[in-house]
Amino acid sequence: MSKLIRIFSSRRAWAWPYVFFLMLFVVLPLILVAVYAFTDIDGHFTMRNFLKFFSHSEAIQTFLYSVMIAVFNTAICLLIGYPAAYIMAQEDFKTPKVMAMLFILPMWINFLLRTVATVELFNMLGLPLGEGALLFGLCYDYLPFMIYPIYNTLQKMDNSYVEAAQDLGASRWQSFWKVIVPLSMPGVYSGIVMVFMPTVSTFAIAELLTHNNIKLFGSLIQDYITTTDLLNYGAVLSLVLLVIIALTSFFGDNDDNGEKGGMI
Amino acid sequence: MKKSDFIIEVNHVSKQFEDGKYALNDVSLQVKKGEFVTILGPSGCGKTTLLRCIAGFQVASSGEILLKGEDVTKTPPYKRPVNTVFQKYALFPHLNVFNNVAFGLKLKKEDPQTIKKKVRKALKMANMTGYEERKVDTLSGGQQQRVAIARAIVNEPEVLLLDEPLSALDLKMRHDMQIELKELHEKLGITFIYVTHDQEEALTLSDRVVVMNEGKIKQIGTPTDIYNEPQNCFVADFIGESNILSGTMIKDKKVQFCGQVFDCIDTGFGENKPVDVVIRPEDIYLWKVQGDKVQSDKGPDAASQADLDEEDRVPKGKFTKWYGEVQSCIFKGVHYEMRVLTPDNYEFLIQDYHEYLPGTEVGMLVRPEDIQIMKKEHYIYNYFEGEVLKNGKVRFIDAEWEVMPQQIAGLEPGEKVQVRVPFRSIDLQDYEEEGKLSGEVHFILYKGNHYHLTIRTDEGHDLYVNTNDVWDDGDRVGIVIPKTEILISKADN
Repeated sequence: MSKLIRIFSSRRAWAWPYVFFLMLFVVLPLILVAVYAFTDIDGHFTMRNFLKFFSHSEAIQTFLYSVMIAVFNTAICLLIGYPAAYIMAQEDFKTPKVMAMLFILPMWINFLLRTVATVELFNMLGLPLGEGALLFGLCYDYLPFMIYPIYNTLQKMDNSYVEAAQDLGASRWQSFWKVIVPLSMPGVYSGIVMVFMPTVSTFAIAELLTHNNIKLFGSLIQDYITTTDLLNYGAVLSLVLLVIIALTSFFGDNDDNGEKGGMI
Repeated sequence: MKKSDFIIEVNHVSKQFEDGKYALNDVSLQVKKGEFVTILGPSGCGKTTLLRCIAGFQVASSGEILLKGEDVTKTPPYKRPVNTVFQKYALFPHLNVFNNVAFGLKLKKEDPQTIKKKVRKALKMANMTGYEERKVDTLSGGQQQRVAIARAIVNEPEVLLLDEPLSALDLKMRHDMQIELKELHEKLGITFIYVTHDQEEALTLSDRVVVMNEGKIKQIGTPTDIYNEPQNCFVADFIGESNILSGTMIKDKKVQFCGQVFDCIDTGFGENKPVDVVIRPEDIYLWKVQGDKVQSDKGPDAASQADLDEEDRVPKGKFTKWYGEVQSCIFKGVHYEMRVLTPDNYEFLIQDYHEYLPGTEVGMLVRPEDIQIMKKEHYIYNYFEGEVLKNGKVRFIDAEWEVMPQQIAGLEPGEKVQVRVPFRSIDLQDYEEEGKLSGEVHFILYKGNHYHLTIRTDEGHDLYVNTNDVWDDGDRVGIVIPKTEILISKADN
């Protein structure tokens, strides 16, 4: 009895529920995806699913198109988000909290609801749904994820770096490009990773905003997985996506040594 | 444009913050080419603000700053021929040592060969040769400091500004860097303006010291002037240790304090004028006397030559002597520090190479040239502007005070009056709520037999209080003024 109490009162014991959760909902599904990818419908080992993917031009095209959409979305978010974060981080900016709140407010609403609302907005304004609407919707959804990491790094940055640059002869513009931008890169990397990765695997937003006319890689996976006899092929697509995501996050971690990172 | 003799001229510069407080209050300072000037003061005295105004990071609210005779008051920092060494170094963490030092040269688009040569030279000057490729966050504090200096001097500025550059280093390192900075100043021959709160640093390094407090310059002078001839109590108290006593200047070269008349060398204070007397602890000579000498003290000539003969170290001659008993004796490494109490309760701090144990009866003397006389900035009374109220009270320093009826006899409500309160008459309470006003102990001066305190009320008024009670800097106090002690007279205008 006392032994049991000792086990349960040790701090190590507290980790067990989380370990169990992670095993069940993260590690196990990953293993299952891998197993399905390397087996056929009867459960025999096979590489045919992979061969099919590399000769399946529609899948590859959809994949490339999804990556391109994600790149565009990330670029737009960066172009809008960096200046917004920079303005908010300025010392003489009076209402950073209000601004931050306004940016974070839409995130409190389920993204599907927001997307449906966007569709309605486009309909009301008589704008066509399609690629433009898709990019607009993605940007609307993911912009806060770009702004926050950058805002965090900029806000924490010691103003004396900028002063030192100006002291050494750099104009405001020069000190921005030579000091502020390089020093805010960890935040930019975090922002890119946080926007790019979810965008690649998006499917619901794309379906709603394009009336199912544009298929993204996420939609493709969904289609195959829900079709019983193509489940194994869907697993391959998932695995390809996972590898890509793993690679991007590796790229993000490269210069991001935690301490300077701006993840929220 | 008139060619100026000074490389930097600060003329009547004030800096007021949004809350109305002055960081700088009418500061004027001239610096000659090649000088090493230190701005010294406690934290919050405005020294860093002054430096930042010269560097261009802050713009003065009023007044002007000239660099080589040219008005730069509103010039942005990147257009000024000055470079700064920052307190926390502010080395760019994304660049290595070489690129940090080369930052300014690259902005000027100098050719790579010249940049390389100049960076090498600057790093050599700062004793950092061989560190070019290192990342700055792998360097120690002292090394980062050297890189910061190299980064500033590589641009060949006319003036180098240093904002407490050594404050983050340990004591040993600080001493080494002080010597290096002094050498660097001699080698470069440019003007150094150095901000510090460390008086020893200021006295060691500088050609001239500017002592600041509360946004004002309290004294400008050479280190020896500042130390030996402080012009006010703040400087005397802030620089080194000192005995500060209230005295009376009887006539030129005669001053009375501690119940006796002393020869001194100061003139021009007038006759029978209240003054403050400063004597440095190391300037008082001590010798051991027999017990009866203390009692037989009848003025300057009472002590016989005999007891002086015992101690060869004590200067011979007709000096005024006084006596006391050693209260405490602490060994300080090179010298002993003793507190000596006179029969009429004046306490003296004395430093001597010889040890006098507590209980020893000692004689004391000081040479006339070691007595420093300062004009009293204020004495006996606090003066306030006030107004008579309908209810028979008087309003001053943002509170209503009861006063004796005869004080306001014949005065109409609404009339402006001058209020006097003796320093001695203000009572300070431990608990803020026991006083009519509350405030904070702002400055403490020990005057040998009492403390002279400056109390700053929450409304921002300064009160001077003489007391025998011991308070600490920053203590919260309640302020009580008995109504019998408030003296009212009609305002002059």
